[in-house]
Amino acid sequence: MATRVQAAPFDLAAELAGFGQGPKVGAVVTFTGVVRDDSGTLRHMEIEHYPGMTERAIAAIEAEAAARWNLVDSLIVHRYGKLAPGEAIMMVATAAPHRGDAFAAAEYLMDYLKSRAPFWKKEFTAEGAEWVAAKSDDESALTRW
Amino acid sequence: MIDVLYFAWVRERIGLPKERLATSAATVAELVAELRSREDRYAAAFADLDALRVALDQELSSFDAPLAGVREVAFFPPMTGG
Repeated sequence: MATRVQAAPFDLAAELAGFGQGPKVGAVVTFTGVVRDDSGTLRHMEIEHYPGMTERAIAAIEAEAAARWNLVDSLIVHRYGKLAPGEAIMMVATAAPHRGDAFAAAEYLMDYLKSRAPFWKKEFTAEGAEWVAAKSDDESALTRW
Repeated sequence: MIDVLYFAWVRERIGLPKERLATSAATVAELVAELRSREDRYAAAFADLDALRVALDQELSSFDAPLAGVREVAFFPPMTGG
């Protein structure tokens, strides 16, 4: 299990090059979150986080996933700071003997990262800047676990 | 003394990211009441507690939680990670 919180971009291929190695791994699932521009007016996004709590919260989420599913490894990389539309915000990778565990754990990690990891997104457009409001769907997504 | 941290629009509304306070508050709710009574910017930031979350020593907590032994309190809006 590994967690990294960083301002710098990450290279998905490089992250995955050494991930999920070993004879027990039969499935690797990856997810990448990208800065979306629904309105077509987004200039950039700024992601704020709570250094210290962020790493602790993500590690706790990852440990819970490892307790619930048969995982060999997991990796979470989440960026903060200024990001342009199209840039990768974060990635999750899970490695497991079987794909069911890898898929479920990746979804679980994503659901919990959305509303239990202390990140806040602010969108900057030509009209001004606005904090992204949490979606009630994201909160209710946790109830399925 | 207790460190109080603010994030996102809570930080913007109050105008600072962190401060160290002397407080006699026994719970988070009592601390919020103290802060609200200080200045309008605090009253504005803490107007709607449903729109806020609180962490005690970097663990999510609740507004009725006790502050005994807590070194760091953080207030912020619901998180938008991922």
